[in-house]
Amino acid sequence: MHPAPSVIIFTTLSGLGFGLLAWLALGYPDVSGVVAFVFYAIAFALAVGGLLASTFHLGNRKNAIKAFSQWRTSWLSREGVGAVTSLIVMGVYAAGHIFLGEKWGALGVLGAVLSLGTVFTTSMIYAQLKTVPRWNTPWTSVLFMLHAIAGGALLAGQVTVAAILLAVLGLVQIVAWQQGDGAFAASGASLETATGLGRIGKVRQLEAPHSGENYLLKEMAFEVGRKHARKLRAIGFVLAIGLPVALLLLAPVNHFVALLAVVSHIAGVFATRWLFFAEAKHVVSLYYGR
Amino acid sequence: MTALPEKTEKKLGLVIDLDTCVGCHACVVNCKEWNTSNYGTPLSDMDAYGAAPEGTFLNRVHSYEVTPQSGCAQTVHFPKSCLHCDDAPCVTVCPTGASYKRSEDGIVLVNETDCMGCGLCAWACPYGARELDQLAGIMKKCTLCVDRIYNENIPEEDREPACVRTCPAGARHFGDFADPDSKVSRLVAERDGMDLMPEMGTAPVNKYLPPRKKDVLVGETKQLDAKSEEPKGFLAWLDKALEAI
Ligand code: SF4
Ligand code: SF4
Ligand code: SF4
Repeated sequence: MHPAPSVIIFTTLSGLGFGLLAWLALGYPDVSGVVAFVFYAIAFALAVGGLLASTFHLGNRKNAIKAFSQWRTSWLSREGVGAVTSLIVMGVYAAGHIFLGEKWGALGVLGAVLSLGTVFTTSMIYAQLKTVPRWNTPWTSVLFMLHAIAGGALLAGQVTVAAILLAVLGLVQIVAWQQGDGAFAASGASLETATGLGRIGKVRQLEAPHSGENYLLKEMAFEVGRKHARKLRAIGFVLAIGLPVALLLLAPVNHFVALLAVVSHIAGVFATRWLFFAEAKHVVSLYYGR
Repeated sequence: MTALPEKTEKKLGLVIDLDTCVGCHACVVNCKEWNTSNYGTPLSDMDAYGAAPEGTFLNRVHSYEVTPQSGCAQTVHFPKSCLHCDDAPCVTVCPTGASYKRSEDGIVLVNETDCMGCGLCAWACPYGARELDQLAGIMKKCTLCVDRIYNENIPEEDREPACVRTCPAGARHFGDFADPDSKVSRLVAERDGMDLMPEMGTAPVNKYLPPRKKDVLVGETKQLDAKSEEPKGFLAWLDKALEAI
C-alpha cells in the first residue's frame, strides 16, 4: 500500500495523543495547574494535529462532515465519532483538572475508555480489510493499542511502566512482523484464484490493461525492496523500542533524557508505521502480475 | 445508507465469456465514452497528450497466459469491471453513506454528492473495480449503466450496458441472476460460470465463463496432398525470367 505521509503522521501522532490523554484521564502523572496545562496541551495537539493531517488525503474534503453518519457499519465513521466524543469529554475533564483543581473520577475513566476506544477504531480500519492480508489480523489492533498505551506512558513520564510496556510492544511488533510475512500466502489469493484460470493451469500476466499508471497501481501496488524493509525494521525497532527502554532503565531520570527517549520513540514509530503501509500487499496487485 | 440490503429483488449483473473475448478493448472505450458524457462526474484523463497519460476507467481488459500441466499455453483476455457483489465490502466501509447497494436490483453505486474521496472503499474491493478520479477527487465505479438499462428515451435495443452493446464478439451478457431462467443464469449453469477470488467472501454477482476445453488431436494425423503444380509453358518461362532479374 502507498505509504502516504498524511496517514502515517495521522496514525502515529493521534495514537500517541490519545494514549497520553488516557493516562492523564486516569491521573498520571499527578500534576496540577500550569504543568497539567502543558501536558494536556501536548496531548490535544498530537491528537487533533493527527486528525487534521488525516484529512489531507481526502479527495473531496467538503464532504468530510458526512463521515460521522455511518457509525453503524463503518469503522472509519466510528473513528470520527470516537475521536470527537473523546476530545469533548477530555476537554471537560481537562478544564476541571486545570482550572478547578478537580479530578472527576468517573468522567476520567470515561475519557480514558473513549480515547483508547478511538485508537481501537483506527486499528480496525486496517484490520477489517480482507484485501490486505498483512493487516487482516487482531495483531493489528493489539499493535495500535500498545503503541498508544506505551507511547502515552512514555509521554506521561511513567518511567518504569513505560519501559515495561515498550518492551511488550517490541515483542508484539516482532510477532506481528513474523505473522505478517506469511499472511499473503495464507490468504489463499493468487493470480490463479483472481482470474479463476487456475483450473486450467499456471497464470502469468501477458499484457497489462494499460500502458501507463493508474490510481490502483499508485495507491495499492506500492512495492518496497525486501532488503530495505529489513534494514528499516531494524532501525525502527532500535529507535522506537531499544533506545528508549535503555534510556529509561539505565540513564539518570531528567528532562533531557526523557526528551531524547520521546524523540527517538516517535522517529522509530514513524519508520515502522511507514513499513506498516509499504510492506502491506493488496490482492489487487495480483491482477497486475505483482 | 451503507448497510447492505438483506436480499435484493433482482440481481442485475454481467456474464463475461473468457472463451470469446478477443481483447479488442472496445468495451473499455465505449464504457468510458458513455460514462464520461452521461450520469455523474466525467472520467478525467491526466497528461492526456503528454509522455505519461493516465485516466479513470470503469472497465479494463487484462491479458493473461495460462499454461496447463501438459500441452500448449493459451492466451486469455480478461475484462474486469465492478462485480456488484452481494456482500460488497466496499459499501460497508464507507463512512459517509455515499456507497450503497440498491435493494431493488442489487446495483452498487456511489452517490457522488456524499463521497469525500477517502478511498477506503477502493481499498476494500479485491478486484480493483473502484478508481478515485484524480481531477474530481470522487470515487468512480461501474454503474452497470443504470442510466441506459431503464432509459425510455433510447431505443429498446440500446437498453443494456454500453460494454455489452458494443462488444463485437458477444463476450459480455447482461441480465438478472435472480431469475433462474434468464439468459445469464442459463449461461452460468451450462458453462460452469465462476466467481473471482471466492476466498475474499464478496459473493460477486457477475460471473465469468472459463475458456472452453481445447480440442485434442486423436489418432494418426496425415498431411493433405499437395494441390499446386509446377507451372508450365509461358508461366514457367515468366517464372524463370523473373527469378533471373
Ligand atoms: S467488485 Fe468491488 S466495487 Fe464492485 S461491489 Fe464488489 S467489492 Fe464493491
Ligand atoms: S471514497 Fe467516497 S464512496 Fe469511497 S468510501 Fe470514501 S466516501 Fe465512500
Ligand atoms: S469488447 Fe468484448 S471482445 Fe472486446 S475486449 Fe471487451 S469483452 Fe472482450
